[in-house]
Amino acid sequence: MTQSGVLDWTTGGAGIAFQSCPACAHTWYFRRGFCPRCGSSAPAERQASGLGTVHAATLVTRAPSEELRAHAPYLIVLVDADEGFRLMAHGAHDLRIGARVSCRFVPFGDRLIPFFDPA
Amino acid sequence: MSYVTGVGLTPFGKLPGRTTLDLMSEAASAALADAHLERADVDGLLCAYSTTFPHLMLSTTFVEHFGLAPTYAHSLLVGGATGFAMAMLAHTLVEARVARNVLVVAGENRLTAQSRDAAVQTLAQVGHSEYEVPLGATIPAYYALVASRYMHEHGTTETDLAQLAVLMRRNALTHPGAQFHDAITVEDVLASKPIASPLKLLDCCPVSDGGVAFVVGREPTSGSRVRIVGAGQAHTHQYVSGAPSLTEFGAKASVERARRQAGVELSNVRYAAIYDSFTITLTILLEEIGLAPRGEAGARARDGYFDRNGQLPLNTHGGLLSYGHCGAGGAMAHLVEAQQQMTGRAGARQVKDASVVLLHGDGGVLSSHASLFMEAQ
Repeated sequence: MTQSGVLDWTTGGAGIAFQSCPACAHTWYFRRGFCPRCGSSAPAERQASGLGTVHAATLVTRAPSEELRAHAPYLIVLVDADEGFRLMAHGAHDLRIGARVSCRFVPFGDRLIPFFDPA
Repeated sequence: MSYVTGVGLTPFGKLPGRTTLDLMSEAASAALADAHLERADVDGLLCAYSTTFPHLMLSTTFVEHFGLAPTYAHSLLVGGATGFAMAMLAHTLVEARVARNVLVVAGENRLTAQSRDAAVQTLAQVGHSEYEVPLGATIPAYYALVASRYMHEHGTTETDLAQLAVLMRRNALTHPGAQFHDAITVEDVLASKPIASPLKLLDCCPVSDGGVAFVVGREPTSGSRVRIVGAGQAHTHQYVSGAPSLTEFGAKASVERARRQAGVELSNVRYAAIYDSFTITLTILLEEIGLAPRGEAGARARDGYFDRNGQLPLNTHGGLLSYGHCGAGGAMAHLVEAQQQMTGRAGARQVKDASVVLLHGDGGVLSSHASLFMEAQ
């Protein structure tokens, strides 16, 4: 859980956190202490709904390590979240570009990761 | 004004027993000899990086190892764009009279010094360490994501991509230094091992050992009258998740900056040296720059447009896809080949006219772009 109580998978929570700027309304994914568009130093941390649309997808057959080889093949997707940011995640093998999707969390390697199914 | 006065290129592939510094030294010796220069003539040195020798100060390590005493030296790192970014800086330093002869050198024993898994994992680190790498993403996966979207929007097929792999292999067959010497067909590419769909093994450049160097100087010391006449860059993002678009990148803006400086039209270009880490990379760069209409790079390759005797010869040494890829030196090999074409020294690979050349490279996931125009007088 992050300081604001928002759950985020990169810190062990079953959720997707994102940030937005109260000053310029910009929305982004990778956390930082300021708005990358206007420089405002007080971004808001928010919880994503887990709903979105598939923007790109690849089925990875060649995993990078022995540990992850057991999971291969796995589908990596870029999803346009309904809140207006893009994130990388895993997804069901039959997902296609343009599909509406919703997120759950599954174990992969040493952590929980976001996994998208058809909505 | 600056001249590319000398070039040096080792064979690429498995070169057992040679370190990063060995490969850099071999290429640097060849480039200096080609430029008719001695070590003492080198007053500028630009180095890149080596994943197998990640030294904090590679340039001064090379200064000491090779026996130089430059008045200007450092490393520069923008992934695959590094080679042409170093050429741009060398040109800028020469024009600004900071240095008279700038040696640009890179080399890496990337293939023999580590396991395949280690190479894949090291390269995957260009992705985000918290948001992307833990998902089991790799460099081929990042580019495959781009490919999936680009093909969706522009109708490019896997066969179209394969045409570029076949062309690069056909070119490599005429260069003794290339990593691969077996001809391939479109069917071979389509049937090759899946890596990250839609990319298959033969859509991906190999991991190679190799060394490359060139000298950029104020005077044409070797008689080579190959000049750098324009250079440009563009940088839009690092991570594929954060890219502004998966179908429009910085290539067009980078080339346009270089083109305006060179004062030439794209239609004047007679030879193209374009970064080809994957078939999709080459496809997107050719189409975004405007050397092929959207969705037609593969068809143009199939129809001979980019052949040695075609309208716009492309990477006649075989490119990253088939000459090989040793890191920063990969794109520098494109420049070496261009300089040899421009000076009429390409032997069996010689094209009719290489008077105006466009070079373009990208680093990261089409994140960093560097472009050059060169002219032969």
